[in-house]
This record gives sequence, structure tokens and C-alpha cells, in this order.
Amino acid sequence: MVQLLNELGLSREVSHKLLYDMLEIRKFEELVEKLFQQGKVHGTMHLCIGQEATAVGACYALSNKDMITSTHRGHGHSLAKGMQADRMLAELLGKETGYCKGKGGSMHIADLDVGNLGANGIVAAGLPLGVGAALTSKMKNLGYVVLCFFGDGATNEGAFHEALNLASIWDLPIVFFCENNLYAMSASITEMTRVKNIADRSTAYGIEGITIDGNDILQVIQTASAAVEKARNGGGPTLIEAHTYRWKGHSKSDARKYRSREEEQKWKKEHDPITNFIEQLKFANYISEEELQSIQDQVENNLKHALEFAENSPEPSIDSLTEDIYTGEVNV
Amino acid sequence: MRTVTYAEAIRETMSQAMRQDEDVFILGEDIGIYGGAFGVTNGMLEEFGPERVRITPISESAISGCAVGAAMTGMRPILEIQFSDFVMIALDNIVNQAAKTRYMYGGKSKVPLVVRLPGGSGAGFAAQHSQSLEAWMTHVPGLKVVQPSSAYDAKGLLLSAIKDDNPVLFYEHKLLYNVKDEVPEELYEIPLGKAEVKKQGTDITIVATSIMVQRAMEAAEQLEKIGVSVEVIDPRTLVPLDIETIIQSVKKTSRVLVVYEAVKRSGYGAEIASVIAESEAFDYLDAPIKRLGGVATPIPYNPTLEKAAVPQVEDIINECKKIMNL
Repeated sequence: MVQLLNELGLSREVSHKLLYDMLEIRKFEELVEKLFQQGKVHGTMHLCIGQEATAVGACYALSNKDMITSTHRGHGHSLAKGMQADRMLAELLGKETGYCKGKGGSMHIADLDVGNLGANGIVAAGLPLGVGAALTSKMKNLGYVVLCFFGDGATNEGAFHEALNLASIWDLPIVFFCENNLYAMSASITEMTRVKNIADRSTAYGIEGITIDGNDILQVIQTASAAVEKARNGGGPTLIEAHTYRWKGHSKSDARKYRSREEEQKWKKEHDPITNFIEQLKFANYISEEELQSIQDQVENNLKHALEFAENSPEPSIDSLTEDIYTGEVNV
Repeated sequence: MRTVTYAEAIRETMSQAMRQDEDVFILGEDIGIYGGAFGVTNGMLEEFGPERVRITPISESAISGCAVGAAMTGMRPILEIQFSDFVMIALDNIVNQAAKTRYMYGGKSKVPLVVRLPGGSGAGFAAQHSQSLEAWMTHVPGLKVVQPSSAYDAKGLLLSAIKDDNPVLFYEHKLLYNVKDEVPEELYEIPLGKAEVKKQGTDITIVATSIMVQRAMEAAEQLEKIGVSVEVIDPRTLVPLDIETIIQSVKKTSRVLVVYEAVKRSGYGAEIASVIAESEAFDYLDAPIKRLGGVATPIPYNPTLEKAAVPQVEDIINECKKIMNL
């Protein structure tokens, strides 16, 4: 473990930043759930508690100019790619200061400035978009890599298969990163495909496929970094399947009848990506109790300010209803 | 002036735009050595190479999404969908993604994408290769929809579409590909949202789109012989729609027939008729607004049946006579 930290070149400072980022996602999601229960977040939300290591680990492998495409469960990806909690919360509260001026909400949160091409309400839709972004990188020789996040459910969509094939034949700088959290809403992946490992689907497209423990951030960093480097050097796409587990239901109205409480407890107890990482850091003497406490305090403090910003932000004006449908003056 | 076909005009525009702007490229099925199903891209691979004339697998879902993603990140793709009917497989990317990202992202994204769609019946391709579903697209905020009826218009409208920062669906008509017209060699733009009065007249206005403009012109010529003066208007773009030109014409003639190839029920002609009915032109009408559209049937294979499924010149003449009480 210490060896892996060294191999990956992770300093104490960097490892603390990774821990901060994972804790920020967890606390952000807990806050969003609370706000939803208070009726302040309307519509729906898809929380990624339990999946923090995939978001933070995969984005750590990317440089600032690299891009991601995200999913309906995209808060973690957005924070990990550099979006700020204050404007994200503002967006979830539908405020004018939100990343999408309150018009996108949770399922469409995006910030092209940090390379997040957007969450997406359509399962697997981010993959072809990511292929296009990777094509731009290649055609204009821009040197950036695109990493597409998607869930296990997306791998049964045609768009997944077509996108992998297209990226493969064009040798595009792209990484397909599957967060296999075992359930597509209520459908168990074991019942939705006869393929044992999602990574095996890569063989159909002549690209490399790797299955990893997605709750071990160091494994995620190691695998994603190699795939990103390969893509950047013209080696084409990789399919990474990262096993993980979403602790909460699919969305607000999920009674989770399709899985047992025992299964949930097992994942929470044995595979919590944050607890595990803290233990690893303690074992490697990378963190003290005081430092841990300080990181937790910083996260709480940042979120407190973020919430204040969001709650004090104005509602969008009614005039904005018909703004930004087209670019330029269009009389329709 | 020289004359070129509608297909040649489209090819020339794409080529000239690609010479001017490195970000413009074309992708689609069989657009390379084959030249596309209708030969529109003939010779382009030879000039621009496989990077910019990008032959794709038969994967409408991926190639449309790829085009949107490329457009969002700085390219100006032209996507050729082999037959407009196949766009159904690409619709998620066009309707759920391209049309909405700018709005959903609070104005940050733009999608300078042109989707070229060969549409319409009359070539014997039967039900899955002959439809006119452009009205579906006009219903989606965020998209622009263009339907050129001549080689001249095709060139000017296509350049405007390529230069536009919004996603534009460019409906070409298969039967028009070989129709010649006077077309300048140099590039020129016809603004999206500007109708053209194809023929002046005083007794009745025909608003026609795509191939129906040709048929309306033929009908007008014959109607002139029996003393009916017909004004023919081609909106050229459905979204944005040049409402003003239509209303002015109807105010002048007091009678209007809207002609379109698509199934009459819920076709775009219904929108045009409604716009007229809601306008000040209503008070000028001497007869009810009439629509002449396709029969509500899948396009049949048999040539006689196929012809009967969509308005022909005779149908337009007869409908005009009825409106004129002749």
C-alpha cells in the first residue's frame, strides 16, 4: 500500500487533497439529501454516496485541459473535475448564480470551462458526445483526453456499443469509465446481461478492458492514469469497469426492494471507499488524527459557506425563460 | 450564368466552406469513394482526405452524438444522414442533446452542426426511405429547419447553415438532386428566416415547400392560362419562419393554399395555416385557408400509388380552382 502510494507518486499533500475531495462529495450529497427532504431541492436527485473513489480517482488521472462526460448521477464527477460546491448548490436550488443559471438542475449540470461536458438525463448519451469531443482533440491536435463516466446500465444501450466501436476504429484519445454499481435503477446487472464482466465487452471492439475495485482510489488512479496516458499517446480507447456500490436508492422514491439490507451493510462496512482510504493513509503514516479532523472541518466549513451563497442567491428572472435557446438573434 | 444541379450546388458549397474553414468537415456513411448514396459528396474524399471526409460505420446513434460532441468542442461538422428516415436512430442526439445543451447549460454551449437529410418520395424507395418528417423537428426548440427548393437556394442556405452556431437540419429532396438552376460559383449566403416570393400574383397565394415549390410554379403557369394570377411563396426555412412575407401576400390576394408533401395531418402546413389565421391577414380572407398535403398513409412502392400519396400539379390546380370557385 505504501508502495502503491510511492509508485503513483502521491505525496502526503496530494493524498490529503484526494481525501478532501472524496469527503467533500460525501458531505455534499448528504447535504443535498437534507435539502431535498426540506423541500428546497425539487424534482429529483441521484446521489453517489459510496462511489466517491471512482469520481475522484478517475479525475485525478486527468489534467485540467482534459474533459469528462458525466451521468444523471453526476455531482461527484462535477466536484472532482473542479466545479465549485457553491455554484453547484445554487444550481440545485434553481438559482440564477448556478452553473446553468438554474435552468439545468441536477441532471444537466455542466461547466465547459473546467472540461465537464455535462451530466446527462439520457443513459449512455455521454459516450457518443465524448467520442465527438475526442475527435476534436485529434483533428485539431489539442492533446486532451476525454473520460466518459457511465453506469453498468448504460452498457446495454446501443450508444455504448456504437461509441466504443467508433472510438476504436478512429483510435481516439478517450477512456470509457464504467461505474458498475450493480444496479441500473432496480435491474441487477447480473440479470441484464450474460456477460460476466462488463470489461469483457471491450473485446468486441478490439480494445483493452480492465476490471478493478472502484472503491479503492489507488487502484482507480493507477488504472485510469495508464489508460489516459495511453490515449494521450495515440494508443486509443480503454474500457475500465470499476466495481462500486451506491449506498442510497436510485433517486428520491426508491424503496430498494430489489436488494437486501444485508448486502447494503456489507458494502458499507467492508467497502467504504473513504474509510478504507483513511485506514490506508493511517497505516502508511500519511495522516494524523489532527490532520484528518482538520480536513473534515474544512469540508464542513466550505459547504456551510456554499449553502449560504446558494440560499442567498436570487431566483432567475422570468425573462430568462426564453434566453439561450439559440445563439444570436432568432425570431421564432 | 452557368447552371449546376442541386446536388452539385450542395457539394460545391461544402467544398468551398471546407477550403475556407479548417473546422468544417463532413461525416457520414459511404460518403467517401462511393460519393454518398446520392453522389452528393463525389470527389470530396479525393480533395480533402479521410480526416475531413470521414466515412463512418452504420451507427447513426454514435455518429450523430459524435457530431454533436465535436460541435460542442470547436468543430463545425456536417453530418450526412443517408436517408432522412434514418434520423430516427439519431434523434436522441439531435433532440435531447444538440437542441438543448445551450439552454440546459445556461448559455455556455453552442452546437454549430448541420445535419443533411435527403427526404421525400417519388424515387420508388417505399415506406422507410421516402418520408417527409420535417415537422417533427420544427416542434423542438433549439433546432433550425431548412428546406431548399432549388440549387440556387440550396447553395446560399447551406452556407448560412454551416456558418450558423445553432444545430440546423437541412432537408434536401431526392427528386431535386438532378434539377439544374443558375448558381453563381462564388459563395453567397441566404439568411435563415427569409422567405422568397417565387412568383408574383394577385388572386391567390400558394405557400409551398421543397419539391412542392416546383409543382406550385407549374400549377401557377397553367392557372394563368385560365386567368388566375397566382403568387407562389417559398418559406425556404421552416424555423425560423418568415411570417411577415406570407401575411403580406395573403393580405394582397385574400386567398391561400398551403402545399406540402408531408402527411397533411399535423404537417408543417398546419403551422403555416395557423399563423395566417392568427394574423391580421385573417380579416382580408375571402375564402377559408386550405391545406394540400400528403395522404395519411405510409409511402407505397407501386409508382401509381406513390404518386397518388402526395400532391401533384393537377391536385394543386384543382384545389386552387375550388378556392377560386371556378
